[in-house]
Amino acid sequence: MMLSEFPLWPDQASTIAPSVDALMTFMCIVTGTVSVLIFIVIFYLAIKYRRTPENQLAQDYEPPKALEAVWIIIPFLIFMFMFVWGSWLYFRIQRVPDNALDIYATAKQWMWKFQHPGGQREINTLHVPVGRPIRITMASEDVIHSLYFPAFRVKCDVLPNRYKEMWFQATKTGRFHIFCAEYCGTLHSGMTGWVEVMEPADYQKWLAGGAEGSLASQGEKLFQKYACNTCHTNDATGRGPVLLGLYGTNVMLNNDTTVVADENYIRESILNPQAKIVKGFTGIMPTFQGQVSEDDLLKLVSYVHSLGTQKTAVVPVETPSSFKTSAGSPLNPGAGSSPQNKGKKP
Amino acid sequence: MSSLTSNDARFVEPEGARNYITHDYGALSWLLTKDHKRIAILYLISITALFMLGGFFAVVMRIELLTPEGDLLTSDTYNKFFTLHGIVMIFFFLIPSIPAVLGNFLLPLMLGAKDLAFPKINLLSWYLYIIAAVMGLYIIITGGVDTGWTFYTPFSTQYSNTHVFGVTFAAFIVGFSSILTGLNFLVTIHRMRAPGLTWFRLPLFVWAMYATSIVQLLATPVLAITLVMLMFERVVHVGIFDPALGGDPLLFQHMFWFYSHPAVYIMILPAMGVASEVVAAFTRKKIFGYSFVAYSSLAIAFLGFLVWAHHMFVAGISVYSAMIFSFLSYFVAVPSAIKVFNWTATLYRGSVALLTPMLYILGFIGLFTIGGVTGLFLAAIGLDVHVTDTYFVVAHFHYIMVGGAVMAYMAGLHYWWPKITGRMYPEWWARLAALLIFAGFNLTFFPQFILGYLGMPRRYHAYAPEFQVLNVMSTAGASVLAVGYALPLCYLIWSLWYGRPAGPNPWGAVGLEWTTSSPPPMENFHETPVVTWDAYDYPAMLKAMGETQNV
Repeated sequence: MMLSEFPLWPDQASTIAPSVDALMTFMCIVTGTVSVLIFIVIFYLAIKYRRTPENQLAQDYEPPKALEAVWIIIPFLIFMFMFVWGSWLYFRIQRVPDNALDIYATAKQWMWKFQHPGGQREINTLHVPVGRPIRITMASEDVIHSLYFPAFRVKCDVLPNRYKEMWFQATKTGRFHIFCAEYCGTLHSGMTGWVEVMEPADYQKWLAGGAEGSLASQGEKLFQKYACNTCHTNDATGRGPVLLGLYGTNVMLNNDTTVVADENYIRESILNPQAKIVKGFTGIMPTFQGQVSEDDLLKLVSYVHSLGTQKTAVVPVETPSSFKTSAGSPLNPGAGSSPQNKGKKP
Repeated sequence: MSSLTSNDARFVEPEGARNYITHDYGALSWLLTKDHKRIAILYLISITALFMLGGFFAVVMRIELLTPEGDLLTSDTYNKFFTLHGIVMIFFFLIPSIPAVLGNFLLPLMLGAKDLAFPKINLLSWYLYIIAAVMGLYIIITGGVDTGWTFYTPFSTQYSNTHVFGVTFAAFIVGFSSILTGLNFLVTIHRMRAPGLTWFRLPLFVWAMYATSIVQLLATPVLAITLVMLMFERVVHVGIFDPALGGDPLLFQHMFWFYSHPAVYIMILPAMGVASEVVAAFTRKKIFGYSFVAYSSLAIAFLGFLVWAHHMFVAGISVYSAMIFSFLSYFVAVPSAIKVFNWTATLYRGSVALLTPMLYILGFIGLFTIGGVTGLFLAAIGLDVHVTDTYFVVAHFHYIMVGGAVMAYMAGLHYWWPKITGRMYPEWWARLAALLIFAGFNLTFFPQFILGYLGMPRRYHAYAPEFQVLNVMSTAGASVLAVGYALPLCYLIWSLWYGRPAGPNPWGAVGLEWTTSSPPPMENFHETPVVTWDAYDYPAMLKAMGETQNV
């Protein structure tokens, strides 16, 4: 067996990986030292004070009680240091950089389906460019799965009832494992694949082959197929809220709370429209639960997402009277969009 | 062989006196017994059988994992094996092991009582255990279950085609066995202590059992509720956890771990109690920081309820709740650390006898330390993202469950074997087995830490080829471990007939259980003992008895 076939440390291929490895190394050194010290002390004491004919009785002596305080306080301080380091790292892992490239993933028993914004689709393989943050938005079609890239040190459970997000930025090109890390049934251990990290130019070349139109444009076709456009017109005359400019803004609901219009909100509004009704509207939209597949759902969400970025195309409309009060709502301070935009959300 | 108390006329059994074993004969006298010692023996036999079954699943899995391809078992069979290994070992071996066998036998003896508070309920809890075990066996024979012992939804409610209902029902029933044992112990410790046996004179084993019982009583009903909800959803399709029916799968994980994390402490707290007893007896010293060790058991029992979501750091909880659960997980590590340091300090200027129970406990301290500090890795949330659901976790909890709980169970079994059976086990064979188990255990599970950091996910039937070397090491270790566990089974049974008679107190230990004959009479003590000394008051006891004999 060659040494290269017998690794003791995983590939380090993302911006996060060196930070995770640094914490791992720190933990190994600290806990390893303490453990070995404990073992040495136990060995030493067990041999030194072993029972012999001369040492039948323990000596009537107790170490000072102050020791208790020492081994409560010192470990606690070390633990708090680990806690802070671990949390700092976790925040880094959770916070998606702004300029991330979006990729959508669907998990099902027992495969990974990835879709690129340009419409390219692949199964159990994921092509990504090196040196660029990649955000994966994902959902499951059946049970809980977990998307795991050991070389990038990131993992995220994939749930059947909402979108979850994870991100990474690869730092070297090559081929790395994709594993499913949450037990999902018969072929759980076969639900694996490869992530191919490519030079940006190669990635562009790869993208050029085999696109079927972008996800958003496929979503637009579905938007018409499911007749969403009969109510969600692009002006305020429709029976449903205008979707232009919606994505990422705060939406005022009829119970006077606000919610951020992210992927999960859009998904929920398609599958369970009664859950959150926009202020000034009635819940007349039918549910699409069971009618839209996860793949199509992704396309629809992707389309609505794309509408959100077309803010320049938005025709200003009059703010409905019901919203005049909400614009200054304490629940919605400085919501990041202009009062003009707020009027358009319903 | 002499002992500290054998000169005392009260404790010397007349020739031909009956003990709890010879008191009655016939199967019914055992199956309908209300005696806590006999019920402990019933439990000992049943959990040993279930341990062998769980071990069988483990051995076959380890053989399967010798090669990266899934060539020995089909995927479905492998999935059933790891599920059944988990269910059998956790619900039918680890949770009842120390409480139901050693606790049942020793609690009344340590308290100077004739029996537990509710002897009939004690027998009922054994029958519930047996009913659940028989259901479990029936299910295994008729096709098994493949959800993992964690029963995660919606896989368990909607997608698995195996006997999920039957197994969850069996787990539901065995939970009541555990609840009743906890209830019985709590009432017994409160109400049935001998005159003079105040709370701070109690042996630390009793404190540990007290803390364990609180967890059993308060956490297990949550498991029962969760399993009932799961069965409801599976059978009548009430939407609780399944998103297709309007439920939330994460709700199941919260409810499941609200029991199953405290359940870890049901397994490890009694082990810590055994460690305290054995360290005291084999150093002939009072445990250093007695009250710290006692209170740390209660602290663990309490804090153990507040850390469940540390199993869910990548499952979909908010960043801030992840931080809070990470903080609390570090917090619960403190009382465990206190215990390790106190046991170590007790060795100082002691009279350390490296006999089998002590070898097991020194091994326990080492392995529990490794299991504990690797828990610190998992509590560091940024690191947990990488290692959760990998073999790192598998190694971590086996260090706690097997390296901790099972090592301590073996220590306790050897330490109290003379009391239970009246016979000594063969010391050299026992030491050999202890060393084999320690070595085999480390060879089995240490490589799994590395495998986990390399990224090998748990519950994998087939794996990437670069993981093979470490897996082969692990399997080699498992075969050593299997021999290590088979040895005690042989020599302990052998000792029942051929072991040296033990006498009341072969170790020269203090504690009420060593003041009665071995095996104890049916009523434990001929007259109710009156306690005038602190726990582990070795210096005073030993001085009072003068020079002791070699032990």
